[in-house]
Amino acid sequence: MAVSKLFGASIKRREDPRLITGNATYTDDLQLPGMVHAQIVRSPHAHARITRLDVEAARRHPGVVAVYTGRDLQGALNPSPTAWLIPNSDLKTPPHPALAVDTVRYVGDGVAVVVAEDRYAARDAAALIEVDYEPLPVVVDQVKAVEQPGAPQLHADVPHNVAFKWVLAGGDADKAFEDARRDGVVVSQGFINQRLIPNAMEPRSVVARYNSGSGELTVWYTTQNPHIARLLMAVVTGIPEQKVRIIAPEVGGGFGSKIPFYPDEAIVAFCARHTGRPVKWTEDRRENYLTTIHGRDHITDLEIAARKDGTLTALRGKTWANLGAYLSTAAPGIPTILHGLMLTGCYTIPNISYQVLGVFTNTAPVDAYRGAGRPEATYLIERMMDLLAARLNLDPADVRRKNFIPPDRFPYTTAAGLTYDSGNYEPALDKALEAIEYSRIREDQKKGPKRGRYLGVGLSTYTEICGMGPSAVVGSTGFQGGLWESAVVRLHPTGKATVFTGTAPHGQGEETTFAQIVADELGLPIDDIEVVHGDTGAGPMGWGTYGSRTTVVGGGAIVLAARRVREKAAKIAAHLLEAAEGDLVFDQGRFSVRGSPDRAKTIQEVTLQAYLAWNLPPGVEPSLEASAFYDPSNFTFPFGTHVAVVKVNAETGEIEFRRYVAVDDCGRVINPLIVDGQVHGGIVQGVAQALWEGAVYSPEGQLLTGSMADYAVPKAHMFPTFVTDRTETPSPHNPLGVKGVGETGTIASTPAIVNAVLDALRPFGVTHIDMPLTPERVWTAIHGKSRR
Amino acid sequence: MIPAAFEYFAPTTVREALGLLEQHGDEAKILAGGHSLLPIMKFRLAQPKVVVDIGRIPGLDAIAAAADGKITIGALATHDALEHSAVLKEKCPLLPETAAVIGDMQVRNRGTIGGSLAHADPAADYPGTVLALDAEIVATGSKGSRTIPAREFFVDMLTTALRPVEIITEVRVPVLGRGTGTAYVKHPHPASGYAVVGVAAVLAVSGGKCQRAAIGINGVSGKAYRAAAVEKALVGQALDEKIVAAAAAHATDGVEAQSDLYASSEFRAHLAAVYTKRAVLLAASRAA
Amino acid sequence: MKRTIHVTVNGVTHTHEVEPRLLLVHFIRDVLGLTGTHIGCDTSNCGTCTVLMNGKAVKSCTLLAAQADGATLQTVEGLARNGELHPIQEGFWEEHGLQCGFCTPGMMLAALDLLQRIPDPTEEQIRWGIEGNLCRCTGYQHIINSIQYAARKMRGESPRKAAR
Repeated sequence: MAVSKLFGASIKRREDPRLITGNATYTDDLQLPGMVHAQIVRSPHAHARITRLDVEAARRHPGVVAVYTGRDLQGALNPSPTAWLIPNSDLKTPPHPALAVDTVRYVGDGVAVVVAEDRYAARDAAALIEVDYEPLPVVVDQVKAVEQPGAPQLHADVPHNVAFKWVLAGGDADKAFEDARRDGVVVSQGFINQRLIPNAMEPRSVVARYNSGSGELTVWYTTQNPHIARLLMAVVTGIPEQKVRIIAPEVGGGFGSKIPFYPDEAIVAFCARHTGRPVKWTEDRRENYLTTIHGRDHITDLEIAARKDGTLTALRGKTWANLGAYLSTAAPGIPTILHGLMLTGCYTIPNISYQVLGVFTNTAPVDAYRGAGRPEATYLIERMMDLLAARLNLDPADVRRKNFIPPDRFPYTTAAGLTYDSGNYEPALDKALEAIEYSRIREDQKKGPKRGRYLGVGLSTYTEICGMGPSAVVGSTGFQGGLWESAVVRLHPTGKATVFTGTAPHGQGEETTFAQIVADELGLPIDDIEVVHGDTGAGPMGWGTYGSRTTVVGGGAIVLAARRVREKAAKIAAHLLEAAEGDLVFDQGRFSVRGSPDRAKTIQEVTLQAYLAWNLPPGVEPSLEASAFYDPSNFTFPFGTHVAVVKVNAETGEIEFRRYVAVDDCGRVINPLIVDGQVHGGIVQGVAQALWEGAVYSPEGQLLTGSMADYAVPKAHMFPTFVTDRTETPSPHNPLGVKGVGETGTIASTPAIVNAVLDALRPFGVTHIDMPLTPERVWTAIHGKSRR
Repeated sequence: MIPAAFEYFAPTTVREALGLLEQHGDEAKILAGGHSLLPIMKFRLAQPKVVVDIGRIPGLDAIAAAADGKITIGALATHDALEHSAVLKEKCPLLPETAAVIGDMQVRNRGTIGGSLAHADPAADYPGTVLALDAEIVATGSKGSRTIPAREFFVDMLTTALRPVEIITEVRVPVLGRGTGTAYVKHPHPASGYAVVGVAAVLAVSGGKCQRAAIGINGVSGKAYRAAAVEKALVGQALDEKIVAAAAAHATDGVEAQSDLYASSEFRAHLAAVYTKRAVLLAASRAA
Repeated sequence: MKRTIHVTVNGVTHTHEVEPRLLLVHFIRDVLGLTGTHIGCDTSNCGTCTVLMNGKAVKSCTLLAAQADGATLQTVEGLARNGELHPIQEGFWEEHGLQCGFCTPGMMLAALDLLQRIPDPTEEQIRWGIEGNLCRCTGYQHIINSIQYAARKMRGESPRKAAR
């Protein structure tokens, strides 16, 4: 493909004018004629039997249209299926009733729903519902849930609360550890990847309308994947798929939390069908914290084996993954496929042995949160690289360099069985070290602390798997879907274009980047191109936006469709110009005959002729549009190096976050401004895990971090200005050469910060602190005191 | 999040407001800026039957130097007004320094000093400062006004010396003279911004020695308090870092430091000592 | 008992009977239909609901509509004039100051209050000035660039930075 005008240009986003003027429509902004409001009554207990449920007073409350309980929904709604049935793991899939019938299993589990004329009446009536609970024993810790004698069992057919046991083995790890114990080095460490709350700024919201005349159900809602939502809505409600339309209007962030199919959307659809009125439900932030999925929550024992020169030979470990009270839609695949397979990172580690237990506890369900499994994996291996370096008294950069997969070995098949498409890790490392002035920082460190503040620098050299993905491969991992993507590129008689994608961007800017791609391919002015997404009634089936797949897979489909349009246009142009197709040159939206530049037709002229169809070549159908379904041949593997510099105040454990450099390689870059924005946002979420965030349940199953006044979503003043840079190693199999960048920042930054803090604490002999690195934890580690 | 229904009154005089409080007793709550009351009403942790919005009473938001050498601050003066008050910046800069770190800009635009003091949140920022300033809180009841010294005002967590039918109408603080330095430093909770520890220091220094010290501490105990042992250890001393650190080590003498998810009792007590040291050193440098 | 309130929003005076407990943000969104103002947290932490009241940024989820009786409000819908974007809107567009856009209206109005106070803020002042507004997408860096862009433009300088 010739280097073109818009690919690579930092053009400003076409999404923005509606968003900055208040003209965007998010789900909760919708007002439909006759619309009523739903309020879901939720369990205040983490585990209890419902002994009495009295809704009569609520029913009589002024403005109340209907009240439903779990019994009313029984039989009317099927359980929502689990979408990732990881094989050979003895996976248990206990159903999650949309509203509890006799037992609640986490605080926030729904027990009833009130539908009323306005939100205020619905809220008041909800307070009138009387529920008697008989509390049952509670377990919130995943290790205790499995191993503590007498731990309560959440589901009758799930002994020891083990939802699955997944085993990964490649090479011979046991032998490698034996060897290392004999004449190498073994480093062991326990890690906690604490539970996080995704915190999309827009809470979830659903508006459902059922037309009893046509049998059509239309649902507007906050989803990252409307087509999957339609499929699941059809399965759950029994309404035939062709009668279900899902529309994701403007969606205010997701970060994975808007992938799952929640009980709530089924409840709202039920209410719409049974009241005959359009129904709106919007969670408040407390409900969001209690019931929208959480992320991470791993407890891991890990060890690595290496030779004395720092060459890694094996990795072995076990993770207890907390899944919450029920399986969320994609839950089983996150701590296994997306986590375990990436544990070896960007290093040649020939032997791996790893086990993951998925565990039910009396907490909110856990599913994909930005990075989904990969931040956990990157944290483990990148922390281990620093521990190994410290053990061998080597520089962390050198240990990494020594173990990088060399550039001439790509495509590279890892011990876990993945084939990395491309990589060239050292240039990114070099660039990052230079930008941060690594050797100067090491010199400064030698001078000792200044005013009690200890300087630390931390590295994270990462690679990650994204661009999900080849359908046959994800199918073999138990994913209950394909992960190809669709596109339709349709030119209209006036020469304008509409592009339909099966992905559902919600902030990532693909209305702009996709238009850049199509503008280049067809030589159209970018303003003549509209990108349509998020409506199952508008375009073909697609699988949605998550896993940094939208530009990679969705963009792949779009470029293929655009090229088909161009091929058809070339046929018509050749016919109109009475030239052989092979003699045509296409440049800047103009077909001309080679050698006679004046004999030419613009794409707009060709398009009009395609629609008029007065003079089409034989066998060419009227109109000018094409569709494409792109199923990638492999995943993509972005990589890079992030470096953080911190100062730690030894007196208080307070951390000053001083500098940050990110050098990412996400393949070819369509819009650098947008890529920078993705990286910045990702870094902040990853740093937040390292330093501030963490969802905490009491032993009784109460969420102690239940609001934004308790759970520290970071603020602007907590960060320095990030320096971003790139290397460019195109994906060899992607038609655009792109790799994806939506999650790199989150995946890379967490260990960079933690490594920096622990680097600063080396004078104190502190080697590990679990996240978040609160002042107290740091202070306690320095001063050797046990907390509580 | 929707509050339970209530009856709403917006009196335009203090007398009218007091009449409403008298009439409705326990069922009434006073609303000033609303930033303490409305959040708990939205969670339905408070469900008053009657809300008396005093925000429309004119004349209660003035900040002015009074004839007696004090500065009077109307109860409805917002944190933002205190932060930017020229007279306070000149004559009592501890209050603007404190106001500037309350909540965020939007919260400061609405929240009032009267509302904050009446709420008596132990992690709020004003209490320690008014204690250190030996401020006076003027409360008006149906029988007239009385002056409550700050040291008698904070009774317990969320509990003050205010009577049921009484409204804070004014806060009076001294003009700080030459040779007096003040400082407010705080370790904010990363989510709420409330003080995990907040320390206000007022120091009079002459001849290189501390003549008077007043230290007010927020966030540590169930109520803000004066750190008497620290004050005692500072007076008469030349304030070098060693002496200040030794004095600050008494920051929680006689006080049980609170424990929560963010900071244990032990760590909070340690932070109190460190922040007391920081506040004193900063105030001392300003006194010079 | 309902109360009659008069509120001037973006230059238009509205008179409505409201329940005393009606939150200002619900009045703006549900009664007036100005849905550019969003609700993100309910605890006055996130700033998504920020509007200007009598010229100052406030969190409309922590105000009763009744408290705004007689007040003048400005919401995101009132930023652009005669089809021309406000410099703050222009800055957010030019500098990629938004991704999902949900926090953006509140963020822009907080920025407006900040720039009214400090026409030439440092990066540090901007970072602290928007501490009452959470953004989960951008990592804030482009928001800061956007506010700096707006500040330059509002001061009558060339808004664009020399080099990106």
